[in-house]
Amino acid sequence: MKALSTDHLLGIKYLKKEDINLIFETADHFKEVINRPIKKVPSLRDITIANLFFENSTRTKLSFELAEKRLSADIINFSAGQSSVKKGETLIDTVNNILSMKVDIVVMRHPNVGAGVFLSKHVNARIINAGDGAHEHPTQALLDSYSIREKLGSVKGKKIVIIGDILHSRVALSNIFALQLQGAKVKICGPTTLIPKFITSLGVEVETNLKKALEWCDVANVLRVQHERMDIKYFPSIREYTQLFGIDKALLDSLGKKIVIMHPGPINRGVEITSDVADSDQSIILNQVENGVAIRMAVIYLLAQQIKK
Amino acid sequence: MLQSKVYTALMAKKTLLNAKDIHIILHRLACQLIENHNDFNNTVLIGLQPRGIFLANRLTEILQNDYKISNIKLGQLDITFYRDDFRRREEPLAASNTSIDFIVEDKNVVIIDDVLFSGRSVRSALTAIQSFGRPESIELLVLIDRRFSRHLPIQPNYKGRQVDAINSEKVKVSWLENDKKDAVYLLSNN
Repeated sequence: MKALSTDHLLGIKYLKKEDINLIFETADHFKEVINRPIKKVPSLRDITIANLFFENSTRTKLSFELAEKRLSADIINFSAGQSSVKKGETLIDTVNNILSMKVDIVVMRHPNVGAGVFLSKHVNARIINAGDGAHEHPTQALLDSYSIREKLGSVKGKKIVIIGDILHSRVALSNIFALQLQGAKVKICGPTTLIPKFITSLGVEVETNLKKALEWCDVANVLRVQHERMDIKYFPSIREYTQLFGIDKALLDSLGKKIVIMHPGPINRGVEITSDVADSDQSIILNQVENGVAIRMAVIYLLAQQIKK
Repeated sequence: MLQSKVYTALMAKKTLLNAKDIHIILHRLACQLIENHNDFNNTVLIGLQPRGIFLANRLTEILQNDYKISNIKLGQLDITFYRDDFRRREEPLAASNTSIDFIVEDKNVVIIDDVLFSGRSVRSALTAIQSFGRPESIELLVLIDRRFSRHLPIQPNYKGRQVDAINSEKVKVSWLENDKKDAVYLLSNN
């Protein structure tokens, strides 16, 4: 297979296993490209991409921008804060206005679940979901799996525990879909208030004891507590959260095996993970960031390939 | 791959070069390279993916084993991301590996491919190689030069055999290590 089975990247749940394999194989080539003295290829020089961020983002936006520039695409950036959205314009109007400037691909982050799917039905462009509410963040899940594959050889059969604020996390949901599609076993660990009720219907197990979860796993993907999405208190204090669900070096060393530590960022050092764990040789956090550019180049390249002249 | 096999089966097949011809030609090309590049101190060989790498590997073996040149630097270059027909083809192309673990800055580069046809692959390779530095010079070595079929002003510095074929005909280079036999065929519809 040399082409994706889908016209857009709206979520991992719309992908097949072969799509993920193709994205990874293509990302391997782009990873080699971004380690060259000149890290740029001319493939997408006649493609224009709009990055629409209706919600704050630093690393995802930078990573997408860099990926697009490395592919020689023309890009325009848009942040909701400075736009007509504030003046009452609808999403379709905003996007159609941008598309009339001849844009081929839209990368969108939006606070509402399903915004990407909605847009893909109403506008004539390829849509890449860069995060929609607490729903999906497909490129993050792809780069996480890609980083596991790089570190451990494959994802199949590996045991991965996702720790922290699952309730507000699009990274968790996309990761569950991606890991299961590739044959990994997934557990969820966190305070019961931050674990959605129906998560077990996805076929994942819930473990509320951090030590047990870490002893079981090969890889721990640690998530941040998303205070900005919490309108009520989900746990008594940050100090208590850290005591029960924070990972420190002593805990890591007590496991009797070397597990891989991942974090999608931004890290709250000293809360969900201590500095000596984040910076240890078991951590692949910075590899995840590097792989993010290669994965996003692969996704954009493969979607652009399907746009006919 | 499957498609090309079916394609091949429907076409008339004429042998242009057999294993012995290829053996002689490879040695001649190796000697011509030595004539121009002496001990290869400042020269690097770059085989183009996917099919040029067989020729590049063969020439490297001959230079090392038969002519005792020890310091040959050989790389493989994939040009998929530099092609000028992205989004213009029916079938998407799969990329191959690039492995160039040396700097081409100020080096004499010899680009190696099996068949020179339109010249577009070589054009892409000329762009791609710049990502690894600014070479002192770039030369082109091909096993088969299909005359009269060029779309671009590109000519080889070293060629194994010149072939005059019409556009509907196909020149296929078969390598022992990949296709079980050393041979060059002319395939035509009739």
